[in-house]
Amino acid sequence: MSAISREDVAHLAQLAHIEMSDAELDKMTGELGVIVDSIASVSEAASADIPATTHPIALSNVFREDVVGTTLTAEEALMNAPDSVDTRFKVPAILDGE
Amino acid sequence: MASYTDELVDFDVALEKYDPVLGFEVHVELNTKTKMFSSAPNVFGDVPNTNVTPVCLGLPGVLPVVNKTAVEYAIMIGLALNCKIAERCGFARKNYFYPDTPKNFQTSQYDDPIAYDGWLDIELSDGEVFRVEIERAHMEEDAGKLTHMGGATGRIQGADYSLVDYNRSGVPLVEIVTKTIEGAGKRAPELAKAYVAAIREIVKALDVSDAKMERGNVRCDANVSLMLKGAEKFGTRTETKNVNSLRAVEHAVRFEIERHAAVLNSGAAIVQETRHWHEDTRTTTSGRPKSDADDYRYFPEPDLVPVVTTPEWIEELRARLPEPPAERRKRLQADWGYSDAEFRDVVNAGVTEAIEETIAAGTTAAVARKWWMGEIARLAKNADKDVTDMGVEPATIVELNSLIEGKKINDKIARQVLEFVVAGEGTPSQIVEKRSLAVVNDDSALGAAIDAAMEAMPDVVAKVKGGKLQAIGALMGPVMKATRGQADAGRVRELVLEKLGIEG
Repeated sequence: MSAISREDVAHLAQLAHIEMSDAELDKMTGELGVIVDSIASVSEAASADIPATTHPIALSNVFREDVVGTTLTAEEALMNAPDSVDTRFKVPAILDGE
Repeated sequence: MASYTDELVDFDVALEKYDPVLGFEVHVELNTKTKMFSSAPNVFGDVPNTNVTPVCLGLPGVLPVVNKTAVEYAIMIGLALNCKIAERCGFARKNYFYPDTPKNFQTSQYDDPIAYDGWLDIELSDGEVFRVEIERAHMEEDAGKLTHMGGATGRIQGADYSLVDYNRSGVPLVEIVTKTIEGAGKRAPELAKAYVAAIREIVKALDVSDAKMERGNVRCDANVSLMLKGAEKFGTRTETKNVNSLRAVEHAVRFEIERHAAVLNSGAAIVQETRHWHEDTRTTTSGRPKSDADDYRYFPEPDLVPVVTTPEWIEELRARLPEPPAERRKRLQADWGYSDAEFRDVVNAGVTEAIEETIAAGTTAAVARKWWMGEIARLAKNADKDVTDMGVEPATIVELNSLIEGKKINDKIARQVLEFVVAGEGTPSQIVEKRSLAVVNDDSALGAAIDAAMEAMPDVVAKVKGGKLQAIGALMGPVMKATRGQADAGRVRELVLEKLGIEG
């Protein structure tokens, strides 16, 4: 059985400021459960002495020199913005934590 | 703005009953040329959304690449704070949903910071040294800047909408977190201020940050809690956010101690929450409670690979560290022979470097101090400018001083010359030449002026003849007037005595 409960999904939805109906919560709980269950098989393959990894290739220190590159213009940056004022994005007022 | 209703307990009374416990999170914006994970310029004050790349905007499919210089600066900060440097560390996503981060996460470090377990000795005004333990210093990125529009007060409460500028999005940050600080007692507010000042001084000396608090280059979140004297368990803490001047840090800690004491005395409990600092009223008000919003769901950032340090790399960076500021100050004061008060004034006036350079350019410590703390400071104050912004170079002082020592000009004229230098008229020598300010010590010119003065003041002449040599001073006024202040006073005295046939 999946480790994902309906409460988990409701909590995540709240964190992400996404409104979800009861039907959507039920559906998503089932779908996320399937995903988590399939990934769980990885922990069966990995024994405790294998260090956790976050990247498929064992790379480290992939750096960039501190040199300025090309940037977008403000027009380009705002091209897909739903709304803007002068050269700034306009978003609904959001009070944190509420 | 909501009216302020919290009860307070007098600071000294609160400290009789409770011990304050502190903790600080200081964010330092690095002064790299580019951002943490993209090649967009890291520049303050440009037109909004012009210093952005698709990475800064969190557009789909973009990949971050770590700025090597930012990693090196973070290591240097760690070393300056006596931290251990991680052999291997990685980045993590701190997930939250707010328009200042278009990706819906901030790239940060979680359980493997680049630097950890350090300490910093803080010198308090009574001379005592207080050691603050450093928990960690980790790398992360700054968020975009929101401006709340509309509403009655322009504050976030009641705002109609917000405008977002992502120029700051992705600017490299190092967050320095202290361990819990106990035992500061009454000096907690002073320690808070001195700690943030020390961090600012260090990152400035390292030249890894512009370190301007008014621009948010150095930002402090102050954690305060109180425990009954003799208790073993910490009290509930509050976190006062973004206290952005040294004075505000001191005041905010003091205020929270007074407020906590009143709440605890009334039998109520402190709510663990974020507090907002208001500079105008010097009070804090309740922000949001610590709750779901702090459920950041950290997980490793899959788009970035680990940073691995070698001893060689770390030693190379250690070799780049400047002398620690506290040691440097001790050395300079001893070298210059200033008293504690003199040296403190010099440091507070921000002219330590200027004086150091002036001495290096060839004057004594006393001369350098006389000019930087005297006439230059006075002119700067009148012009409402920084002392170091007056266009006076160390070489200017050296030249001015050699003109005085060579008896080309006197002290009073030298001060005038300095004003002309500040006004952009050229070097001291050029100004003396152009304005014919050189001291008159040519005997014939002086002789005429002296003769006139002696003729006008026979009683003074009689006194001098009678052996009262200090009466010569009375002749100096008219002679100076006749030579527009440019007479060499020593030579005038000699000539008077010569004329009267007296051995000087």
